[in-house]
Amino acid sequence: MFRNQYDTDITTWSPAGRLHQVEYAMEAVKQGSACVGLKSNTLVVIGSLKRSPHAELSSYQKKLAKIDDHIGFGIAGLASDGRVLIKNARTQAINHKYTYDTPISVQRLVLQISDKSQVSTQRSSKRPYGVGLLISGYDEQTGTHLFQTEPSGNYYEYKAIAIGARSQSARTYFEKNYQTFEEADEETLILHALRALKGTTGDNVELTSKNASISIVGKDRKYKLIEEEQLEPYLAKLEENAAATTEQQPAEQQDDVDEEMVQ
Amino acid sequence: MTTHISPQMASSGTQHGKFEPYVNNGGTTLAIPGKDFVIAAGDTRLSTGYSIHTRQSSKVFQLTDKCVIVTAGMQSDASTLHKTMHARLVHYEHAHGKQMSTEAIGQMLSNMLYGRRFFPYYTFNLVAGIDSKGQGVVYGYDAIGSYQSVEVGAMGTGQSLIQPLLDNQVAYKNHQLVPSKELDLERALSLVKDSFTSAGERDIYTGDSVEIAIITQEGIKYETLQLKQD
Amino acid sequence: MSMDNFGLYKLMHEDAPKNNNPLLEQPTLAKTHTTDPIVTGTSVLAIKFNGGVAIAADTLASYGSMARFRDIERLKSFGKYTIVGASGEYSDFQYIEEQVKQSLIDRDYQLDDGRSTTPREIYQYLVRVLYNRRNKFDPLYNVLVIAGYENGKAFLGQTDYLGTHFEDVTLATGYGSYIAQPILRKFYSEKNGNITEQEAKDILKKCLTVLFYRDARAADKVQIAVINDQGPKIDEPIKLETQWTFKGF
Repeated sequence: MFRNQYDTDITTWSPAGRLHQVEYAMEAVKQGSACVGLKSNTLVVIGSLKRSPHAELSSYQKKLAKIDDHIGFGIAGLASDGRVLIKNARTQAINHKYTYDTPISVQRLVLQISDKSQVSTQRSSKRPYGVGLLISGYDEQTGTHLFQTEPSGNYYEYKAIAIGARSQSARTYFEKNYQTFEEADEETLILHALRALKGTTGDNVELTSKNASISIVGKDRKYKLIEEEQLEPYLAKLEENAAATTEQQPAEQQDDVDEEMVQ
Repeated sequence: MTTHISPQMASSGTQHGKFEPYVNNGGTTLAIPGKDFVIAAGDTRLSTGYSIHTRQSSKVFQLTDKCVIVTAGMQSDASTLHKTMHARLVHYEHAHGKQMSTEAIGQMLSNMLYGRRFFPYYTFNLVAGIDSKGQGVVYGYDAIGSYQSVEVGAMGTGQSLIQPLLDNQVAYKNHQLVPSKELDLERALSLVKDSFTSAGERDIYTGDSVEIAIITQEGIKYETLQLKQD
Repeated sequence: MSMDNFGLYKLMHEDAPKNNNPLLEQPTLAKTHTTDPIVTGTSVLAIKFNGGVAIAADTLASYGSMARFRDIERLKSFGKYTIVGASGEYSDFQYIEEQVKQSLIDRDYQLDDGRSTTPREIYQYLVRVLYNRRNKFDPLYNVLVIAGYENGKAFLGQTDYLGTHFEDVTLATGYGSYIAQPILRKFYSEKNGNITEQEAKDILKKCLTVLFYRDARAADKVQIAVINDQGPKIDEPIKLETQWTFKGF
């Protein structure tokens, strides 16, 4: 990245009205392996692509975390920074349950996490969190939610979104298909998540039950994590569907490939 | 715990006295461990003095898939203790990816109670669960954290009425010939029910209904037994 | 200063005499705890009915045996779904009211997430506030009744200055727990819980009348409030009809 005289500390503005250190933190998010999220009226699914420092010798880094029965996190960027926010969010959830005897509202948690991130952009003694979050949540009063947070302290709510390396293809995929998500069932949502994730793996990397994982929250159910063997059936279905689609609509498949090449 | 501020507090105006932070809300709890099961129960009456606040206040709190706590004594301390334990258990599950064992819960409660040694929770607890060997276990506590595994445990205002009988009928204390037949779930459940019916007969703080948790390796089932409301 | 039977005015005044104890450099106002309720409200009554909860209290705050404030409100609505009724120290209730209102501003308005604090959340929050104050040996001397209606469900709970808390279909505090609660419980069970809004208000009015006859700290000016899917509605105070011509009186 191009260095200039306004990027050595967090709190100094550039004449162009930018906070370079904060923007560098956002770059860290873009370098992290992808996280995708989408929701229906009753369910929210987060999918993540995991990296391992060494394909054969090491384990994969965990990127999905349960915050409470109704809230899940997915992280992209510095996983260690992510753990700090996860720990904080879990504490907030527990404290809310203690004081009010009800599950914490997703919106409230997102706001509190974002406010925490914002503080790190305005103090010279601090460093912004180098992590972006996808936050899935279900709320009795307001239904399903999917949020994205940034190191800047900004947050956005989405119907479907992807963050991290090569996530543009996933966003493009969601843009094409999001209208069917509202009424979709669990399996369909998972397959959409995996298909979106598949586009983010990069050259010569396959989506496997080792490097992919899925989390689900939703109405009348508790947080569920799907990975390893439990993911196999979905990956198998993904293969079947892909084969069928190629046979039936070769033209459309061609379109997809073109767009991915643009990234 | 003799000076309780009765409901007239609301209308008694300027009457002077030292603030009494404790109250005994009455009620009885009971737990019996078996070889591969454990039963824990508590009545649902909540009183202060001669007033029954409600007939449906639970003393049983589920901690994990195979462990519950039943608490007699002061209701607000009990529910605070239950909530704090719950928070600790959720933290544990996040950190370790599994539920806390019944033995660990037993020690944790002792630590939590002793942590309040100089302003104790006015609570009398029984922790009932399946241990890591798959056997039923009950831990009995005093208010400040002394605890031990017991063969049968009763707490609260009905304790003095039912503990001696259960010592005899469950732990076979003071028998010349100890029956070799071990306690089965059916007989344990029947003893629990009879104990509460009897306590309800003589103890004014015990009554209304009993909430019974039956814990086995398969999970926890709940039963309710109606008691007299007088 | 005829009201100043604690000598607080003298202590608070600038030229208050210095404490004679040489060990204490500060005047003894540094840390004070409430030891007794001073200005108090008497019973609060409430009963669930089909589609809501009715709650009632009189409008009197007593100073000992003196009817000190005869037109105060002991029922307050908190947010969209909740009414709280208070017996006990009136100033503590006013303090609680401010606290809860501020917390609702933080939670419901500032957050603007389309989510409203539910009656159960307000109830649990109040339980924690009252319990934490008893832990500091500085209690808020109240017994509170929390009535609410949210998402098709009626809520009715009670909590006091020790943090004791419970829910029920009928509730009564103070002398009402002796005099009104048996009447309400009997009414509720005879009706099998199948009670209309009007019936609920009528039975509360009847109980308030009985209380006025026998509780020397009760007044005949009362408020009856209802909370249902239309939100909270606290009626203007009404005068109870009483009959004093019985031979027994």
